[in-house]
Formats: sequence, C-alpha cells, structure tokens
Amino acid sequence: MTRFVERHPAWSLIVIIAVAVVLWLIFAVWPPGLEDAIGRKRVFLNALFNGITLGGLYFLVASGFTLIFGLMRNVNLAHGSLYLFGGYVGYAISASTGSWILSFIVAFILTALVGVLLQVLVFRRMEGQDLRQTMVTIGLSIVFADLMLWACGGDFYQIQTPNWLIGPIDLPLITAVKSSGEPVYLRYPLVRLVIFLASVIIGIAMWLALNRTRIGMIIRAGVDDRDILAATGVRIQAVFVLVFALGAGLAGIAGVVGGTFQSLSPGEDIRFLLASLVVVIVGGMGSIPGAALGALIIGLAEQLGSVYIPTYAIVVTFLIMVLVLALRPQGLLARR
Amino acid sequence: MSVTHDTRIQIRSPASAAQRQAARSWPDLNNPAAWIVAIILLIMPLIANGFFLIEIFATTLMLGTIALSLMFLAGYGGMVSLMQLTIAGFAAYMVAVFGTSDNANISLGWPWWLAVPMALTLATIFGTLGGALAVRTEGIYTIMITLAIGAAFYYFTNQNWAIFNGHTGINNVATPHFWGVNWRADIPFYYVVLAVAALCYFAVDYISRAPFGLALQGVRDNPRRMAALGFNVNAHRVAAYAVASFIAGLAGVLQVWNYRQISPGSVSVGACIDILIIAIVGGITRPIGPYIGALVFVLLRTFALDFLVKIGLDGNRFRLLIGLGFLAIVFWSSDGVIGLWQRWRRSHRPQSDRPGGGRGHG
Repeated sequence: MTRFVERHPAWSLIVIIAVAVVLWLIFAVWPPGLEDAIGRKRVFLNALFNGITLGGLYFLVASGFTLIFGLMRNVNLAHGSLYLFGGYVGYAISASTGSWILSFIVAFILTALVGVLLQVLVFRRMEGQDLRQTMVTIGLSIVFADLMLWACGGDFYQIQTPNWLIGPIDLPLITAVKSSGEPVYLRYPLVRLVIFLASVIIGIAMWLALNRTRIGMIIRAGVDDRDILAATGVRIQAVFVLVFALGAGLAGIAGVVGGTFQSLSPGEDIRFLLASLVVVIVGGMGSIPGAALGALIIGLAEQLGSVYIPTYAIVVTFLIMVLVLALRPQGLLARR
Repeated sequence: MSVTHDTRIQIRSPASAAQRQAARSWPDLNNPAAWIVAIILLIMPLIANGFFLIEIFATTLMLGTIALSLMFLAGYGGMVSLMQLTIAGFAAYMVAVFGTSDNANISLGWPWWLAVPMALTLATIFGTLGGALAVRTEGIYTIMITLAIGAAFYYFTNQNWAIFNGHTGINNVATPHFWGVNWRADIPFYYVVLAVAALCYFAVDYISRAPFGLALQGVRDNPRRMAALGFNVNAHRVAAYAVASFIAGLAGVLQVWNYRQISPGSVSVGACIDILIIAIVGGITRPIGPYIGALVFVLLRTFALDFLVKIGLDGNRFRLLIGLGFLAIVFWSSDGVIGLWQRWRRSHRPQSDRPGGGRGHG
C-alpha cells in the first residue's frame, strides 16, 4: 500500500479523491442542484447496492471458475451449466422441503459431485491439452443445456425466499430530508444484504483456506508450478479433484443465490458464463482477490450503467474489459 | 508460456508435411475427387430443387465460409476465435443499415453496390480491432476474449434501438436486382454463394502457401523463433484477423440476403459456438474441413428432428445430438472428420504407397 503511494503519487491522489467523492455521495444529503443534475439519491443508492450485491453473486460464480483455471489451466466453459444445474437442484429441494438452507447444501454437494465426475472421467484423460479440454467443456455445456431444457422445460423458476428474510429493512443512510425536517432512510431488501454478506464470508474463508492452511499451500504451489509440485510427492490428482469439486460446488451455491434474487431459465448459463469470463479477464485469471475486484467492478458497472445510461449498459462492461486488456492484459490483480 | 505452447501443439496440423511438399502447386488440380465435387456443385441446380439448393447447399456454403475464416485463424494462425459469426453478423447488420429495408428510420437506402463494400470495410475494421485486442493474449485466453466480444455484441444489438433496432432486428432487407436478374431467386443466388465460397476457399488455399501464410504458420509453431528471425509476430496475427474478418464479412452479406432479415438471434452466443463446432467437426487443418463440417451440421439440423421422431425419441433433442457428436469428435479425433477419413484411408492402403511419411501424430 505505502509502496504503491510512493511509486504512483498522482494515481494515489486520484484514487483518494474518487473514494472521497463516492463516500460523500453515499453519506451526505444531496443538495438540490445535484438531484436535478443526476436524479434522486435513492435511485443512486439502490443502483449502488444492487451493483455491490450483484458483484457478490458474480464473485461466487467467478471464484470457482478462476480457481479451476488457476490450478488446472482448464477454461471450464461448462461453468455456466454448473451454475444453472445448482439453481435447478436448489429449486427442486426448496420446493419439496421448503428449506432454503438445505437447498444450498444439496446444491453444493450435487454440483461438486458433477465436478468430480467431470474431472475424473473427462479432464484427467486429456491433461495438458488445454485447447482440447476447452472444446470438451463447450460440448459438455451444449449437452448439459439441452438435458436441463429437457428436464426442466423453458419456464422461469424462482426459489422462494424464506420468511425470515422477506421484506426490506431500513439502512442508516439518509436518502432525503422531508420538508418537516424528518430524514428518510434507505429501505433495502434484507435477503440481498444477507446474500452479499454470505459471499463476503465465503470469499474471506477461501482466502484464509488458501493462505493459512496446508491444503491451501499445496493449491497455491500448484498454481505456480504443478509439475514441480507433483515431483515433490504431492498427490496432485487428488488436489485437482478437490479443487474442481470446490469450484463446481461454488457455482452450484451461486445458482441457488441467483435463483433466489433473480430467476432461473435456459440462457442464464450463458449469461453467467459470460459474466465470469469478463470478471476473471478484468480481475486476472487464477486470482481470487482479482475475481472479487473484477466482480465488484462489473456488478457496479452493470447496475449503475443500466440506471444512468440504459441503452449502453453492456457497452460499459465491455469497455472496462477493453481498457483492462489494453493497459494490463494479464488482468488487474494477476501476478504475471 | 507453457500454456500457449501446449495449445499450439494441439492445433499443429498433421498434414503440414504434405502441405510443405505441395507448397508450390495447387494441390487440388490433380485430385480427381476434387474435380468431381466441383462439377457436382456446378450442376447442382439440375439435381436439387429449391429447398435442397438453398436450405441445404447454399446454407452449407455460407456457414462453411464463416467456419473457413475460423479455420484460417485456428489452423494456420493457432488462434481460436469465437467471434467470426459476430463479424459476419456485423456485416449483415451493416448491409441492412446502409441498404434498404422495412425499417426506413434506420436504413439509409444506399444501393447494394455501395452498401456491400461499406459493410465489408466496416466488418473488416471491426474484426481487425477485435483481433488486435485478442492478440494481446494467447492460447485459451483468445477463446475467452473473442467469446466475450461476441456475447457483448449480442447483448448490445438486443439493447440498442437506434442502429440495430433491438431484439426485433431489421426486416425485409432489399436484395440486389441488376442485369435483369433477381439475384435472390434460388438458382442465381446459389451460384453467387458458390462463387463467393469458391473464391474464399481458393484464397485461403493460396494464402496458406504464399509467404504471408507460411510466416503465419511459422508464428503458430514458434512465435519466439519467428520474432528472432525479424518477423513482426503480432502484425502477422492482426493481419490474419483482417483476412478472416473479410471472409466472414462476405459470408455475412450472403446470409442477410438469404434470410432477408437480421436480428440478435442470428448473432447469439450459441450461434457463435456453432461455428466453432462446424470447424472442429470438419477439421481445422485444411480449408475443405469447414465445408464438410457445415454439411454435417446442416444435414443434422434439418433432418435430426425427423430422424429422432422416427426412432421414437423426442425430436427437440437435436442440440443434444450435435453436442454429443461434437464431444465424440473432440474425444476421438483431434482433426475432425478429415482426420478420421485420413486415418481410415491410411489403414486401407499398402505401406509403400504412403506419401511423405513422417507424420508424427494425427
């Protein structure tokens, strides 16, 4: 941090000013002139919170994707299918048992199992041929998409939010002041906040697991140089299976999350595959903090973009990707 | 570095020895099978009626040409680009925007001989810019970036109403009439498509043996050595994207004339991936591969429904069939149908007859 400030004083100043402006926009009561210029503060705050929570969802999907890529150099283009599969499983469980928590657990276990099967039956046979692996994942995503269309049809599904999470809560953020002088607080759906909190906790847990445990150390070593790691006697195939299961399971959890605060339908798999592609390209392939940063940027860009420049929201996302590729082709937080 | 190296080995053509051998002559000229195919294609309107002529053969040639542009990039340049259909779709949109259509508030109403060169130029620029972006990374990253470009274009066309008319797209695009011929009538249109496809095929065939193509293959096999020899590696790659974009743009113009409309559905991510499937199934080591792949794909797409119903399955599972077929090809033959055919021919031929020999793998 201090080194960054020392090396790039101008950039640091810009970043600090930007952060200060954003904080002021969030906490201050907007003067009337500003509200006339860019609209109500409530709209801005809602877009901001939607962006952050969407970023949480994107992080869940993209972290598994980036983990699998980082260790196995396997661009798993069937990752979106795993997301949708997890969502459908979660819907089936929550519809039959009524338990939201249980649907997470079952979705995680089942998608992780699919991931294990994929790794053991398919990818182990073509190790080191990453282009071929990528082709296989494309084929698999087509097959999965059609099988799921067969089983679930083209309908929209939405997972029932549990009762204790329904409804908005007041956040201690003032959106406006009434003429009587009484402040109006921001009301925001509780479930989205809980989900965002959960994704932050999952992210921190993953960071701790990767940086503070023995298995995490092995995985990081594998990301750096898997041949040497295998030569030191680590059973690398077991690590591969474990990581693939974890990555797939995270996609499954993300499917339940996405099914709760958006909806599930054919085509969502491609949408989330694209989102995770862009997120990891922006953040840096194989980097968990990169996935978090990329997810936050893309989520915010998508939501703020769809509020303030509705026609070109997708272009903003794309421009961010282009900008990152032009300035830092390896991604914002990648080491190489 | 190891990532990209693996990728390149995977793509490297088993036929490269044969190509080197035949580098100075047109290899098709003394192959009787090629002549038979050419003659059949030329007299096709005598054999096939309108449905087969347009829905099967012209569609095959158009899809094959788009896949040919991918084959050119992947086979000779080692860059698997998933945005070739997007470039074709962009050219198609541009024909609709600059030409005449029902959406008078969007279309500028230019005559076709102005609109088409404009569309091709813009499509080439679009593809070259995308390529310039994609060559900043290598190997599997290219797949991801081009897929992201394709998907972004799809969502953009869905959202943009000013130019692309949102999800309804642009309808009733005018097709050329001149010299007293309606060029969208079945038989003239078939010949137009055939001519463009043949032109692209021979152009790719020629480029692959021209100095530029040989340098490109050198870049594919060993970019470091080529850079050390004084070749500008990235310039060759971007130039390859420009060539491929032009080819894809040509096919896109034909497509919009064929369907007379263009909508985001035609540039969806699934359609982009279909092009990859076509190229891989056909084989990406030779220009003929994409056309074979396209024929297989179009035949499956057209007749899988009837076939599946006939053997008692749900006719809607066509994509499942395509996906499984693609998986099978990827699993058992890295070189698509061509690879299978070559392997079969080699196993049914006496040892002494083998040309060249020394084919390491395939």
